[in-house]
Amino acid sequence: MTSVDAGLDQGTVQKTSTGRAPRRRTHAGRYLTRWLFVAPAIVFVLLFFGYPIVQNVVMSLQNYTTTTFYTGEAPWVGLQNYVNVFTNPIFSTTLLNTALFTIGSIVLQFGIGLALALFFKRHFPLSGFLRSLLLLPWLLPLIASAAVWKWILDQGSGALNQFLGIFGVQPVPWLVSPSLALVAVIGVNVWLGIPFNTTILYSGLQAVPEELYEAAALDGATGWKAFWHITWPSIRSVVSVVIVLGVVYTLKVVDIILGLTGGGPANSTQTLATWAYQNSFVQFLFGQGAAVSNVLIVISLVFAIVYLYMNRKGVDE
Amino acid sequence: MKKSRIIAAVAGVAAISLSLAACSSGSNGSSTSGAKQTLTVEDYYTANPSMSGYNTIYKQCGTEIGAKVNTVHIAGASLISKVLQQASSKTLPDVLMLDNPDVQQIAATGALAPLKNFGVSAPSGDVPSVVKAGTYKGQLYGLAPVINSIALYYNVDMLKAAGVTPPKTWDELKAAAVKLTDSSKGVYGFAMSNINTYEGTWQFLPFFWTNGGNEKDISTAKAAQALQFDVDLQNDGSMSKSSVNWSQQDVNNQFVAGKAAMMINGPWQLPVLTTTKGLNFASVPIPVRTSSQKVVSPLGGETFNVPQTGDKTKMALSAKFVECLNKPATQLKIAKISGNVPADQASAATWVKTHPDVAAFVETVKTARARTAELGSKWPTAATAIYTAVQLALTGKATPTAALQQAQSQNK
Repeated sequence: MTSVDAGLDQGTVQKTSTGRAPRRRTHAGRYLTRWLFVAPAIVFVLLFFGYPIVQNVVMSLQNYTTTTFYTGEAPWVGLQNYVNVFTNPIFSTTLLNTALFTIGSIVLQFGIGLALALFFKRHFPLSGFLRSLLLLPWLLPLIASAAVWKWILDQGSGALNQFLGIFGVQPVPWLVSPSLALVAVIGVNVWLGIPFNTTILYSGLQAVPEELYEAAALDGATGWKAFWHITWPSIRSVVSVVIVLGVVYTLKVVDIILGLTGGGPANSTQTLATWAYQNSFVQFLFGQGAAVSNVLIVISLVFAIVYLYMNRKGVDE
Repeated sequence: MKKSRIIAAVAGVAAISLSLAACSSGSNGSSTSGAKQTLTVEDYYTANPSMSGYNTIYKQCGTEIGAKVNTVHIAGASLISKVLQQASSKTLPDVLMLDNPDVQQIAATGALAPLKNFGVSAPSGDVPSVVKAGTYKGQLYGLAPVINSIALYYNVDMLKAAGVTPPKTWDELKAAAVKLTDSSKGVYGFAMSNINTYEGTWQFLPFFWTNGGNEKDISTAKAAQALQFDVDLQNDGSMSKSSVNWSQQDVNNQFVAGKAAMMINGPWQLPVLTTTKGLNFASVPIPVRTSSQKVVSPLGGETFNVPQTGDKTKMALSAKFVECLNKPATQLKIAKISGNVPADQASAATWVKTHPDVAAFVETVKTARARTAELGSKWPTAATAIYTAVQLALTGKATPTAALQQAQSQNK
């Protein structure tokens, strides 16, 4: 958008400066300049977004295997990969797991993140220091965090079960039981997502004018009332950004799940993202892997459109 | 102004492409005469002592065939994706190491050259399954100098204290594991890896194959019997429920820490086990269901292959290099640094005299079976189905029979 605006500006400037130059040339020149300004953006998008996505769609319609890498030949199979994916009993499991993983992560991340952001809004000694400490999970390499969490959550010798044992709790099979593994993985992902939510929401809260609260307090609106009638409406646009970005980030999580459970036990933590990885890079069924990723891309796209729509609405308002 | 800019840009592009051309001719271009050829060897030995050990042996073989050797070590997990990348950009190394179950898949792509083209054949004394693992559609593509398999390690002191002799059958293993379990100390009688990767499949195969299971159709009564045995060990409390999340390394850690009295593992753990103070251990072949059965364990080991690089003279030299690595004398040297068993049976027999630690493995590899022997490049699908069934049964999501049926539906 900005480059187009800049192009227009440039055009008008040129027109005024050249003054009596032939009309046609000015018009063509203006047209060209406009495109020149947009070109870098177009080239970038086509090269780094358009090409991979088109390639991925093409790959999902081919029998793309290890042989393809050497011979370059990938027989066209139409929708066969999609049929294989949709009829595989694991597909419904992964779809459900993806939904549970995403919803669970987002609700908890957002809830805890907002609570912490509100907490840090009141300035108290060391609040700045504590707030920066909160960013720590974000700074650690994901694979390292996953390895440490795997150790913490171990059934026999894990730190968490040792701690719970003090209160007489029997060892909990966090990563081993199919019913608990997803909960454990969501828990770790929430821990990772809190810094992002807190940071963005905190900056949103900073932008709410203090006078509003003062005026509301005079009218008797404090605490929850102040939150519902002042804070929430003021940060609504920030909230929508946090949630939509959170959903897109969570949908594509691979590393944490691979590090903790590898999608197991018995596929109980297998999501669309990990299954796509499994298909492509473990079983070398690149066509099917691409088909699964395309399903994931479509789901992400829906949320991206929602985000754009909400953003547009925000601008219009 | 504008013109000069364009000229500069064109000049820049030209310079870049020139330097790229220079690069590629530097790495690919072969000097056909005169100077010594340099062979690039690619393997996944990224940790010592094997890394430096192999480097020394590569150098020795290089001297023998009159070539310089340049070694590239790639971390195990990313070797195959690296190879695929190199295959598509035609930058494959001159000598490529591959884990034996991957050979047929890579050979199927056409990226490897049959060794016969260079007059290289398998050493006559090699274990038959080594040749099978390296063969695709009747052509030999790769040879493994040293091989391995898995066996049952046991903690000698713990067995003595419990008055248990090393088990030979499933019933004996079950009874021994119960006796050796001490839940008050968190000690389990038995440990193995049942993880949802090919490692889990590899560890379950001795039970599966020995009892007559077949990877083409895994939902048979014999396979169910083997899986039931695995489940029984867990239900008896003799095997930790965490085994569904344990890699072989985790299993070894449990054994070293004294948390498991017996474990299934390979000879590559010997360097760690022998240097652990106070650990008194030994190993026997994996128990069989009835004493009339013969244990069938999966064959492990890395083969050396000659990729199709297009440079005929260099490829012939690479084949000589592979031949040198697979000579019985070199096999013994590699066995020394890796803890594995020489593929040549006569060498293995001499080897075991001085290394009683590997006796169980030398015994096991004689009857070991290559994972790709039957399904070839389709093995990954079957391997996935097998670990899926194991996981379904051990987590209680399905009975062994139902688990195998469910998994078989994906084994096509």
